[in-house]
Amino acid sequence: MFENLIDKVIVRYWDVFLLEGLKYTLALSAIAVCGGFIFGSLLALMKMSKLAPLRWIAAVYIEVIRGTPILLQLYLFYFMLPQWLPMLELSKFTCVSVALIVNSAAYVSEIIRSGIQAVDPGQMEAARSLGLSKTQAMVRIIIPQAIKNILPAMGNEFIMMVKETSLASTFFIGDIMTAYRTVQGATYLVIEPLIFTGIIYFVLTFLLSKVVGVFERRMQASD
Amino acid sequence: MIEVRGLHKSFGALHVLKGIDEHIYKGEAVSIIGPSGSGKSTFLRCINLLETPEQGQVIFEGSDITAKGAKIDRYRQKMGMVFQQFNVFPHMTVEENITLAPVMLKKMSKADAQSKARELLERVGLLDKLNEYPRRLSGGQKQRLAIVRALAMEPDVMLFDEPTSALDPEMVGEVLNVIKDFVESGMTSIIVTHEMAFAREVSNRVLFMDEGVIMEQGSPDEIFNYPKNQRTQDFLRRVLQH
Repeated sequence: MFENLIDKVIVRYWDVFLLEGLKYTLALSAIAVCGGFIFGSLLALMKMSKLAPLRWIAAVYIEVIRGTPILLQLYLFYFMLPQWLPMLELSKFTCVSVALIVNSAAYVSEIIRSGIQAVDPGQMEAARSLGLSKTQAMVRIIIPQAIKNILPAMGNEFIMMVKETSLASTFFIGDIMTAYRTVQGATYLVIEPLIFTGIIYFVLTFLLSKVVGVFERRMQASD
Repeated sequence: MIEVRGLHKSFGALHVLKGIDEHIYKGEAVSIIGPSGSGKSTFLRCINLLETPEQGQVIFEGSDITAKGAKIDRYRQKMGMVFQQFNVFPHMTVEENITLAPVMLKKMSKADAQSKARELLERVGLLDKLNEYPRRLSGGQKQRLAIVRALAMEPDVMLFDEPTSALDPEMVGEVLNVIKDFVESGMTSIIVTHEMAFAREVSNRVLFMDEGVIMEQGSPDEIFNYPKNQRTQDFLRRVLQH
C-alpha cells in the first residue's frame, strides 16, 4: 500500500493534485471569501439597519443559507443558473463560484456584524458626543477597531472554504478532490489517493491556520 | 444656557427620570449627587441626547435640541462629554484622539488643532505622551486625555459622567485637579460625582437627585451643612461616614 501510494499516486500524479487541484481549490476559496466579503458587508449593514424590511431580508437570507446544506446550494446554482440565464452561457466554474459566494456571504456577514458589535459601545458614544455623525463615527472609530476582530475570523472562514470547496468536485470542477477522483479512476486505487488527498488538505489548512494565528497575534499586539 | 423642562425617561418598565426641570447658567459648575440608580447619569446623558427622553425638552442656547429634525450633531460639538470609562480611541495616538473631531468637523485646520492639542496637553501634564497610544497610559492619564479631547472642540459646556469612578484611588486626585483647573477658568460644567469633597469644593451649586427627581438643590454650603430634605440628610450621613 505504501509503495502504491508513492509509485502509482504521488510520483505519477502529483501534478494533478498540486498544480491543477491546488490551483482550483485556492482560487475557488479566494473567490468565495472575497465575494462573500463584499456581499457579506452589505448584508451586515442591512442586518444592523434602522429600516426593519432591510433587517428582515438580511435575516431571512442568512437563516436560509445557514440552515440548508452547502451541497444543496451548489446543486441549485449549478442547475438553475444556466437554465435561468442561458444567454450568458455560464461555465460550470462560474456557477459553482456563485453558489460559494452566496454561501460565504451569509457566514461572513455574521463575522462582520459580530466584529462591529464587539467594539465597546462607549466608543460610539464618545465619537457621537464629540459631534461626529453616525457614519463618520463608523468609518473613523468603529470599523478600524472592528477590523481587528474581523480579519482573523475571515482567515478562518477561508480555511473552512478550502475544505468546503471539495464538495464542488461533485461537478468535476478541478479542485483537489476532483484530482482524487481523476487519479482514482485512472489507477483503480481507492485508499492511496485518498490518503494523499487528505495529507494535502491537512498540510494546507494547518499552514493557513498558522498564518492566521501569527496575524491574529500581530493584531492583538497593536491594540 | 441649558434649560431642561419636564424630562421623563424610562428603560422598559423602569421609570428612571420622573420629571426634571432645571436651568444651568453660563459659567456655573453644577454637581449632581445622589445614590446609585437615582437617575443622575441618565439625566446627564439626556442633555446631549445620548439617551432620548420620552417626554420633555432640552433647550440649549435658545434652541430646542429635542425637537424633531434638530441637528443634534451640531449641538453636540458645543457640549463636551467625559465618561466614566474614558472611552479614548485605542487605535489612535494621543494627538490623533484630540485632533480627530476638530479637523474632521472642520472646526480647525490640522495645524491649529495640533497646536491646540499641545497647549491643552501641556496644561494637563501629558505633553510628553503626544505620540503614545492609549494602551501605554494609566487610567488617570486616559481620563485626562479624554478631558482634553472634549475640550479641543472648544465646547460651551462640559458634561462629566462620574469621571473618577473607574479610577484607582491614587489617580483620582490628578483627574479632579484637572477638572478643577478648567472649572475655575470659567468652563460651564455639570459634574455627576460620588466625590463629595470635590463637589463641595468646586461647584457653585449642588443638585441632590433621588428616585428620578431633583429632591433638593442649593449652594454646597446649604446642601452639605444644612440639608433640609430627609433623603438628602440620610444620603449624606451614609456617604460621609466613610
